[in-house]
Amino acid sequence: MKVVNYIKIEFPSKSNNEGFARSAIACFASQLDPTLDELGDIKTAVSEAVTNCIVHAYPDTLGKISLRSKIYEDNSIEVVIKDWGAGIDNIEQAKEPMFTTGGEERSGMGFTIMESFMDKLRVKSVPGRGTTVTLRRKISMRAGGR
Amino acid sequence: MTISASFKDGRLKLFLSGELDHHAAKLAMERIGREIDVNLPRDCEMDLDGLSFMDSSGIAVILGTYKRMNQIGGKFHVVEVKKQPMKVLNAAGVYRIVEIKEAG
Repeated sequence: MKVVNYIKIEFPSKSNNEGFARSAIACFASQLDPTLDELGDIKTAVSEAVTNCIVHAYPDTLGKISLRSKIYEDNSIEVVIKDWGAGIDNIEQAKEPMFTTGGEERSGMGFTIMESFMDKLRVKSVPGRGTTVTLRRKISMRAGGR
Repeated sequence: MTISASFKDGRLKLFLSGELDHHAAKLAMERIGREIDVNLPRDCEMDLDGLSFMDSSGIAVILGTYKRMNQIGGKFHVVEVKKQPMKVLNAAGVYRIVEIKEAG
């Protein structure tokens, strides 16, 4: 499918970049004229994915996070969040609601939220090499068009 | 994010505003824990009217506050929850554990 627009951002795994990352994607996604609810869903999913990189991929170090996004001609947006950190041993287990290796501060709901707030979630991971999370969401065409 | 608190007649009110994510959650939990430890309220209300964004980190903060209030034998509920935070809380079924009231 034809890519209409794209962006690429790179930043270190500092927790104050969580807000930056979801706001940057929300800003880019606004080209699709989403509703506030749709924008909220995308921001939440991106926040979960980036937080995972900061908490799990690079628990004791600062590492690189890459955030890429594409807008397609069918009014959908794809967001790819990539790290070169710890990786995930068991992806199915990581996706289970309430499962976390993050302790008291975490809820274990990150992947569940990404899955239910977006149309598609794909997770590719190699332990010791890193993780790539791909999120996709179609934005409804509103009456009157653009 | 910012937190303000008021305490009167055994009731602690917590007002959360801004964005509650992983970055904000640790400080939020420390502040809330301190307010509970100092005041030992029999009732705690968390007002999310000023909260413009919350991700799953907020679930941990709310459940952590619930646990803390439970330990001292107090009640806990959450009020004025807007649409986006509500959707996150619903995804985790937090209403099964904590009383939650939507805004508006």
